Amino acid sequence: MNEFPLISVLTFTPLLGAALLLLPGVGDKGRARGTALAFSLLTLVLAGGLWWHFDPAARDLQFVEKHDWIPSLHAQYFVGVDGLGILMVLLTAMVTPLALLASYRIADKGPAYYSLLLFLQAGLLGTFTALSFLHWFLFWELSLIPAFFLIKLWGGPRRSEAATQFFIYTMVGSISLLLAFLALYLTAGTFDFIELAAKGRSGELARLLSSKLPAGSWPALAREQLPLVIFAGALLGFAVKVPLIPFHTWLPATYAEAPTGVTMMLTGLMSKMGVYGFLRLLLPIFPDQMRLVLTPLLWLAVATIVLSAFAAFAQKDLKKVLAYSSINHLGYCLLGIFAVAKATGSDAQWTTEKTAALNGVLLQMFNHGLTAPILFCFVGFLEARSGGLRGLASFGGLRKVAPVFCGLMGIAMFASLGLPGLNGFVGEFLIFKGVFPLVTWAAALSVLGLLITAVFLLTVIQRVFNGPLNPQWTGLADLSRRELWLVVPATVLMLAIGLCPQLLIGHFNTTVMVMVEHLKF
Amino acid sequence: MSWISGHLYLIPLLPLLAAGIIAVNRQPRRQLASRLAIGAMLGSFLLSAGAFCGTLGRASGGGAVPEVHNFDWFQMGGSWVRLGWLLDPLTAAMLVMVTFVGLLIFIYSVGYMAHDANFTRFFCFLSLFAAAMLGLLIANNLLLLFMCWELVGLASYLLIGFWYHKPSAAAAAKKAFITTRVGDVVFFLGIVWLYSQAGTLLFYDAGQGCLEHSVLDSMAARTTFGGIAVTAGIGLLIFCGAIGKSGQVPLHVWLPDAMEGPTPVSALIHAATMVAAGVFLVARMYPLMAAHGVGAFDAPLAAGFSALTVVAWVGAITAVFAACIAVAQTDIKRILAYSTVSQLGFMMLGLAVGGVAVGMFHLITHAFFKALLFLGAGSVIHGCHEEQDIRHMGGLRRFMPVTFATYAIGMLALSGFPLVFSGFWSKDAILHAAHHWEVSRLPFYLGVVGAFLTAFYMTRQVCQVFYGHYRGGQAAAPGHAGKGKSAHHAHAHAHEPHESPRVMTVPLAILAVFAILLGFIGTPAWPWFQSYLTGTAAEFNFAELRNPEILSTLLLSTALVFFGIGLGWLLYGRQPASDAQAVDPLERWQPDVFALLRNKFYVDELYEMTVIQLNAWFARACDNLDYFGWNGLVVAVSYLTIGLAWLDRVCDEFVVNLGFDGICRGVSQGGKILARLQTGRVQSYLRVLGVALAALVLFLLWGCGAS
Repeated sequence: MNEFPLISVLTFTPLLGAALLLLPGVGDKGRARGTALAFSLLTLVLAGGLWWHFDPAARDLQFVEKHDWIPSLHAQYFVGVDGLGILMVLLTAMVTPLALLASYRIADKGPAYYSLLLFLQAGLLGTFTALSFLHWFLFWELSLIPAFFLIKLWGGPRRSEAATQFFIYTMVGSISLLLAFLALYLTAGTFDFIELAAKGRSGELARLLSSKLPAGSWPALAREQLPLVIFAGALLGFAVKVPLIPFHTWLPATYAEAPTGVTMMLTGLMSKMGVYGFLRLLLPIFPDQMRLVLTPLLWLAVATIVLSAFAAFAQKDLKKVLAYSSINHLGYCLLGIFAVAKATGSDAQWTTEKTAALNGVLLQMFNHGLTAPILFCFVGFLEARSGGLRGLASFGGLRKVAPVFCGLMGIAMFASLGLPGLNGFVGEFLIFKGVFPLVTWAAALSVLGLLITAVFLLTVIQRVFNGPLNPQWTGLADLSRRELWLVVPATVLMLAIGLCPQLLIGHFNTTVMVMVEHLKF
Repeated sequence: MSWISGHLYLIPLLPLLAAGIIAVNRQPRRQLASRLAIGAMLGSFLLSAGAFCGTLGRASGGGAVPEVHNFDWFQMGGSWVRLGWLLDPLTAAMLVMVTFVGLLIFIYSVGYMAHDANFTRFFCFLSLFAAAMLGLLIANNLLLLFMCWELVGLASYLLIGFWYHKPSAAAAAKKAFITTRVGDVVFFLGIVWLYSQAGTLLFYDAGQGCLEHSVLDSMAARTTFGGIAVTAGIGLLIFCGAIGKSGQVPLHVWLPDAMEGPTPVSALIHAATMVAAGVFLVARMYPLMAAHGVGAFDAPLAAGFSALTVVAWVGAITAVFAACIAVAQTDIKRILAYSTVSQLGFMMLGLAVGGVAVGMFHLITHAFFKALLFLGAGSVIHGCHEEQDIRHMGGLRRFMPVTFATYAIGMLALSGFPLVFSGFWSKDAILHAAHHWEVSRLPFYLGVVGAFLTAFYMTRQVCQVFYGHYRGGQAAAPGHAGKGKSAHHAHAHAHEPHESPRVMTVPLAILAVFAILLGFIGTPAWPWFQSYLTGTAAEFNFAELRNPEILSTLLLSTALVFFGIGLGWLLYGRQPASDAQAVDPLERWQPDVFALLRNKFYVDELYEMTVIQLNAWFARACDNLDYFGWNGLVVAVSYLTIGLAWLDRVCDEFVVNLGFDGICRGVSQGGKILARLQTGRVQSYLRVLGVALAALVLFLLWGCGAS
């Protein structure tokens, strides 16, 4: 099985699709959509195969491919997945076809749009499977470029500003990330994530950083502080992507301006790149540095959860409500990660809590990656019917004319607010189960986010679905067959994960256990 | 292990399947939906009865050891998170009550909702509601219980907002969900705390469950904030969930608003399902609630603080607080709603001061007579063409004899009319236990006042609705008419009230029978129910009734009831109000107090001004912080960048490019300027010299300072 380069094939399938779409022959719109969808479904099948053949009990990386790439730089082509990676690969493979389906109304320059979307998918798949920095960073940046053009060319009325803001924000993050890893390379002599993590664990990395970097290169800093600076650089790169307050201001505007399909990719997948970075790089490589600034980080996570929930409540635009809600949900992931970094007492005592929190974080990543895009997709449906209107006050009483739409979107909303039986609950429960004993105050403050999420989502239901029917929308059509094909499988999946979270947890539990073992301080 | 205890999951599964089938059915088929829902409920009832009989056999054998079945749910590290169900007398009794009352309400709904356009959806939600509640009852894991607990909240949200096109219904549904969620998030914290302390959320697990001695003892030995035992802290957090769900002060505000739902829903929420969940939670967690710092946990009244102390106080205060409000209400359902809040307070008080049996006995009897009263009220509303204001009723006993007779029985049971009505015995047990509570006597006095008020406001209501002459028909206030149902239906009939169809009155009659009979299973002379719950055999002992302690409370509650009913009759029955605009006798007597009560102590307004305003203000503040604060910072940085770029361009274009030209021009210009300096005037030379000197001194000073 290991002989067949499944991951490489998986990553390059969408890339091949993207290239094909740019050929003049595939130019007409209907065929472009079909081609793109076919390639994304092929990717999904490959990802399914990967998931199927993945051995949940194995502690090591699987499907590893390792080749020299630029020997002089120690740059390698190094891919492989563990429980975390495969979870993200599966999510990417699932959300992309949905995003393509949700983009069926893209009329202008269709082939280019679909091609860029597949390009973006390839970048994401590469990011989630690459295990060596240069190779990984290439994909990381590769995903940024199509996203920029997708927003810039197909977005809403203020798309240009939003795209620029998005690009510059993430670019700043990327550059600081790049600098940080160059510094790591200069000292440790490797780009390999696994090796870096091993060195970070043993404390060797911090020693190397403070001894090897030329003295006086940053005169105001003591040598001991250098690792912290480098950690901060890497942190910035991921914090922008997730985002962590206060690095989030690009998000509401970007999500609101991007076309529906792209917003789905942004919220479902690109935000996960940030969380993935925290789990794959920051937590294993910089455990000591993270602990040094843990209290401020925890405060930021709590602020992310609480402030964004409140901000969502103040929004009047449905897409912005969901955008802030998205920040809020990823805040729980960050809270879990930071709490796990905390060293308290002996290891044995806290292993259960850390395992619970990390399992919760991974589950939450997947659940948010499923629920949030579907919610944006519903808003997209609404926009398509209302001619671009998506204000909270523009509707009312839609349940009367579009009961199926309201019912299914209602289910997705309740999944988002963590109703048991749907997917959101177990992840949040596990995060709180782990965080509460580790950092009680943070858990106690963060439940406010759970409450406010219910407040603003129910307000949306009250204002949009309930009440007397707004006479403007008496002719509003309910979901079409095509739209049902998009949302029903996702709804079924939400229910399935909610009732049987073992479907996912079974695949990453071992990885989480290994991560917790490696976190020994 | 009997077959039924191994297949207990079927009881919630049947209604759940019914709900699912109705939901996915594209063509709404009314007959199918109602038959499916009722059939599933009937199946659950039969299974529950089987389970009940199973526990019956064991009870006489002694001991109430729950039969548990646990199963793996998902992996967490090296172990599995397990869920499970359990069967013990508490669960069995509740199962029978919920399925039986639920079944009657379902049947009644067929008549009540007959003309509603969304008939099938109604039965779908009702079944979901029942399924969630039944799941909650059989859960052997606090997490599973919480999951069902939230689903109960969802179902109530859907049903309260069933007539979603009414803004008031939509608002009430949201209010119910959010208010209970306030309690729920605290409950949630209690759960994760318990999980970390006990290491499991299973209630019973062969000695390792979180409600079993070994775990409880080790938790009780630890202390937390303020020196209270960990168990007490966890118990308090969990109780917050019960406060929200069971409408205790200060989270009671949602319950009266929940009247916006169709009347069968009100009956279901107020009798069998939602509010009972909170009381049941306290009963289920009783070992934890009662555990306190030092000493054995099966002596809850010994010195030391346990969560039950708080439960008692909250219950007692709620009992009186809501009863006061009920006195001044005019909506037939709202009076009953506040009555429910008050009675739930009694149950909490009973649980806290007298133990599981006392509280649960009142829960069960109350479920029957409150369901009876709500369904009776529904029948009245139905008969009066959707009129809900008791001032526009009157004299209905002539028009609706069956409804009147059954309603009177429900009212007497709720008031606690002596000897033959169930409410008398269950309420008396609470007062008796409160009388012996060691912490304080005040809850007892509060309970006494509450009992008196209950008799009073129920008499007021019955007098206004059923006695005197009919005051409706003449131009009912427009705001009260047409509650959700099609208006033409109401107009199709004459304006005379009419008796409801058999499908509605038969459930009333059945409930009325139980409202009487149930009292006899828990009298002091034959405390069968109490013994059943504790797993001991009950014995007849009529001498108990002559025990002076018991007799004194019996006589006291009798006196209270007669006093309350007598006063009510005096004020409202003897001289019935002549027309709908007549001033209430109490209002004439004490207008200010009456206004305060009618406006529910202004609690809603208080919350509106504080919590909700604060919430909205904070949301705006967060939004502004985002927009002006963080975003402002980003914009500032971007302008700074633009500024720097501009400066750079200026440098490039004007300094570098124009530099050469400038220098050339400068040389020739400079020559001219220098030539002008050579004026030959001494004053100007001296002036330049002075300025130069000053500049030099300043420069030197600066240089010294720098080095």
